[in-house]
Amino acid sequence: MLTLLAIVTGCLYAAGTYMMLRRSLFKLILGLVLLSHGANLLIFTVGGLTRGHAPVIDAGEDVPTSPWADPVPQALILTAIVIGFAVLAFTLTLFHRAYQTLGSDDPDDLKLSDQ
Amino acid sequence: MNDVVLVLPLLIPLLTVALSLLAWRWIAFQRAVALIGAIALLGASVLLFQRVYSVGTIVTQAGAWQAPYGITLVADLFSAIMVVLAGIAGLMVVVFSLASVDKGREAFGYYPLVNALLLGVCGAFLTGDIFNLYVWFEVMLMSSFVLLALGGERPQLQGSIKYVTLNLVSSAIFLAAVGILYGLTGTLNMADLAIRLGESDRPVLVTAVGMLFLVAFGIKAAVFPLFFWLPASYHTPPGPVSALFAGLLTKVGVYALIRMFTLVFVQDNAYTHTLILALSGLTMLTGVLGAVAQQEFRRVLSFHIISQIGYMTMGLGLAGLVESTELATFALAGSIFYIIHHIIVKTNLFLVSTVAGKLCGMVELKRQGGLYLSQPLLAFLFLVPAMSLAGMPPLSGFFAKLSLIKAGLLAEQYLLVATALFVGLLTLFSMTKIWSEAFWKPLPEESPASRNPPNLSSKQMRILLFPIGMMALLTITIGFCAEPVFSVAMRAAEELLQRDGYIRAVMGEAQ
Repeated sequence: MLTLLAIVTGCLYAAGTYMMLRRSLFKLILGLVLLSHGANLLIFTVGGLTRGHAPVIDAGEDVPTSPWADPVPQALILTAIVIGFAVLAFTLTLFHRAYQTLGSDDPDDLKLSDQ
Repeated sequence: MNDVVLVLPLLIPLLTVALSLLAWRWIAFQRAVALIGAIALLGASVLLFQRVYSVGTIVTQAGAWQAPYGITLVADLFSAIMVVLAGIAGLMVVVFSLASVDKGREAFGYYPLVNALLLGVCGAFLTGDIFNLYVWFEVMLMSSFVLLALGGERPQLQGSIKYVTLNLVSSAIFLAAVGILYGLTGTLNMADLAIRLGESDRPVLVTAVGMLFLVAFGIKAAVFPLFFWLPASYHTPPGPVSALFAGLLTKVGVYALIRMFTLVFVQDNAYTHTLILALSGLTMLTGVLGAVAQQEFRRVLSFHIISQIGYMTMGLGLAGLVESTELATFALAGSIFYIIHHIIVKTNLFLVSTVAGKLCGMVELKRQGGLYLSQPLLAFLFLVPAMSLAGMPPLSGFFAKLSLIKAGLLAEQYLLVATALFVGLLTLFSMTKIWSEAFWKPLPEESPASRNPPNLSSKQMRILLFPIGMMALLTITIGFCAEPVFSVAMRAAEELLQRDGYIRAVMGEAQ
């Protein structure tokens, strides 16, 4: 399972980078989305995969009985997903507005602010 | 009491944002709230600084969960200094905005956004938790995205696309690095990380994660070769916005670099800090060469931000490489002093450039002119930060450069010292270029300002010149009182390098 997730994470990074290098603003957004998904999956994977052991402390104990699944990576990912969603919404709006104003979705045409 | 002082720099901007958003249509109220909020933030930050200076590092655990389980807020002297600087830059920019931001932007949440930005910046300075740092970065970035794009002019949109894209890539790398770090150590608390990474049996992997952080923060700090977004975007939004960005945003990246590479990643200094040192030299050089080639006021200044970042990371690199603790402290103090000097001077220069642009009606230096004749006070107020940036005595920049160069000589990094001196010379050259183009030469015939003179009322002019004058005064004061300011920087550097104090303050005496 670990190997599979590692490969999927790698593929997400590769696909994200490839999409970002395409000459289209829309594909740039897709690339950013894939990249953030890759990061989330990476946190999930390196946080340790433990199946079927909820981190619940039994009555009369001080610590959960080992092995237990670490809940922190999921909390991190949840936060990152929420932030990523907000940023994605803003980016879509910005790029759409830019497309309307500039009349092009080719990043190579964005030279006005570089002169 | 300590807890309250520590949380105030976060609560005040948050409250200001909330109040301004409640009064969305009532612009006069928003302006008043923003001004009061900025004054209160400066007051709170000075209070925090004074507290930290007298009693040492102060810590509070959110929700009273003991570290490393809860989220830690912590202010050591370095954080406190940075918060004070954010307070100063914030207040000056808000005052300047009152007379210079157009109605359209004000109606679409300009003031709440500025305060949200300050909230993110202060949060990043005060957190003791690496994931929390990521969240504060996002708060700051989100407000900066909107501030940059607000108004929707063509260059603004183009600049925003580059800025947004590269910063999101940086955030993704940051997030991945945090995840790997958690997988390695099982903790997110920076003090706890420092302990556990010291015991780690996989030093190569630790250094690799350190490099991920270097890339992530390097993009935010605009370090060579990751700076391309900065000169492409910083000159596009209205003046006060670029002043705020120029003063604070990249410095948050530098702060994070210094924090991570003095507290957490100190296992393989010979590799990491040599790399930082090499990057510093290249950052200085490429930045200043870019500036020399530019013909637009704010683009010249944008490239100078990059070259100045090189000086700030130079002290960090030196501190990690030298054997003697005293010299390391001195070098790092040089960096901190440089940041203090730079935030004030750079914010000021961007504000001056805005006034010059308004008076001449154009931003290209070729088509500006005659400002010395029409606005001698403004010309003088430009000269103070400009000469300070170039490192002329007795202004603040001279002592900042002097300490770094002395540290470089003592550490026997002669090539880097030569680069730093050469870059200082070129900085002087491009400042004199701005002086002779915008201030000294007569106003060109074809300039729009010679046909219809600008209509800035004298009241407006006074509001615009007030923050510029205050910051010029501050620059001169730091120059003449370099000794006490530097001794504060020395103490902050000492605290940073002796990690035990910070770790003990966060983790409790048990550690």
